[in-house]
Amino acid sequence: MGCTASDVARALRAVSEVVAEHRDELVELDRVIGDADHGENLQRGFSAVVSTLDTAVPETPGAVLKVAATTLISKVGGAAGPLYGTGFLRAATTLADRSELDPAGVAGALRAGLEGVRARGKAEQGDATMVDALIPAVEAAERAAEAGDGIAEVLSAAADAADKGAESTVPLVARKGRASYLGERSVGHLDPGARSTALLLRALAGAAR
Amino acid sequence: MKKIINDPAAVVAESLAGLAVAHADLLRVQQDPAVVVRADAPVNGRVAVVSGGGSGHEPLHGGFVGPGMLHAAVPGPVFTSPTPDAVQAAISATTGAAGALLLVKNYTGDVLNFETAAELAAAEDLDVRSVVIDDDVAVADSTFTAGRRGVGGTVLLEKIVGAAAERGDSLDTVEALARRVVGQARSIGVALTAPVVPHVGTPSFELGENEIEFGIGIHGEPGRERIQAEPADALVDRMLRAVLEDLPFQRGDEVLLFTNSMGGTPPMELYLAHGIAERLLGEQGIVVRRRLIGPYITSLEMQGISLTLLKLDDELTELWDAPVRTAALRWGV
Repeated sequence: MGCTASDVARALRAVSEVVAEHRDELVELDRVIGDADHGENLQRGFSAVVSTLDTAVPETPGAVLKVAATTLISKVGGAAGPLYGTGFLRAATTLADRSELDPAGVAGALRAGLEGVRARGKAEQGDATMVDALIPAVEAAERAAEAGDGIAEVLSAAADAADKGAESTVPLVARKGRASYLGERSVGHLDPGARSTALLLRALAGAAR
Repeated sequence: MKKIINDPAAVVAESLAGLAVAHADLLRVQQDPAVVVRADAPVNGRVAVVSGGGSGHEPLHGGFVGPGMLHAAVPGPVFTSPTPDAVQAAISATTGAAGALLLVKNYTGDVLNFETAAELAAAEDLDVRSVVIDDDVAVADSTFTAGRRGVGGTVLLEKIVGAAAERGDSLDTVEALARRVVGQARSIGVALTAPVVPHVGTPSFELGENEIEFGIGIHGEPGRERIQAEPADALVDRMLRAVLEDLPFQRGDEVLLFTNSMGGTPPMELYLAHGIAERLLGEQGIVVRRRLIGPYITSLEMQGISLTLLKLDDELTELWDAPVRTAALRWGV
């Protein structure tokens, strides 16, 4: 069973709901080590994505993701806007005009998204950023897709790995973004970007079930 | 949280509306995306000087829009960088054949969004360059952080570069000047209390009654260490040492000393600190040739100050003295 444009739109609506539910948690995580805008910015961005999709859903999964990308870039601001925006944009580009995605296509989109985030933010694994959630998530998704799992399983494998990856940022010294100014004092805190990445993948997995 | 606001989500827009009413002779405000533009923009034949960043640092940047300083300011949401389309709107409202120089504080979000906007502008055949400001000595300048933050030096840079653009300098010249100013400016800040972001409602960090955050940034992001409160003489000395060692500034140097309130520190304490700083600099043979004292780059109601030293030469002094007419900085006109 493949994933169509309307499935992707439904998944993005689920993401928006999850982000809204966790807005205060993300603000609080960011307040402690950054500038307290992460939850607020993501909520603003994803509700704008939903509003855009309410007027019209584009015809292909890639086109839906492209709408999400441009909306996030123009509404979120901060570092999260360009990072998530670039991630969605690269995922959209790699899908071109395919009308339906198979599990490998989903994993491929996640991989392209990760490479986009890495290129834009120049963060590596261990810097305590969203990349720490995204790398294991993409690897888990690729393994699941190769093993012949369905889309829902591929995404839940990604979400599980992202949760663990996000947790792995707690003992790390942040090296990118606002938290990096804290140096050693950033140790002991969950990175807000890694947490939002994990939440996002969990929402996608939920929508695919 | 007690603040004179209506809806936290409308703070920036309503504040900009007030700025527009108060200074209609100098500037106009576009909403959605929010941009503050010189009333007479675009100014033909002049390089457009554009800056911006999160709101909550007023009068930075909107208060510095006007003849002799910025052509446009792009205010993002509170403590959040503006988006590329907002920056692009500011560029297209002000930029002609002479091109534009973007002055960007070194924060990940600002750099990413302004970088994207500059790419979009280049696609429209506009000559747009960027200079990143990184004068904060509190942050290690290494590959292990996002790099030094842009703080107090931003105000001095905007004034000096704005004056150069006003006299008709080319984009190459203005860009080189901006890099020179960034290279010669150093700052350090301290906080006694935290700011309260309107959409959060609680203080950005907790400080004990006798604690000072040393090396604070302008977003309430914690600094490099937490120290016990100490008398002003000792605190200003500690701040100056961090700044002086860094460039380093030397006996005989002529400087501009900028003593800035983070928003919550009153003029009484600000002048007190400034007086100490001048005395200590004098003892080290450093000549304070120009001064700026007041709340110019703030962090909402955070109590605290920052000190910025800019090494001057004749050209920088002349550009600093050149006429400026903005909401927050005005002389010579």
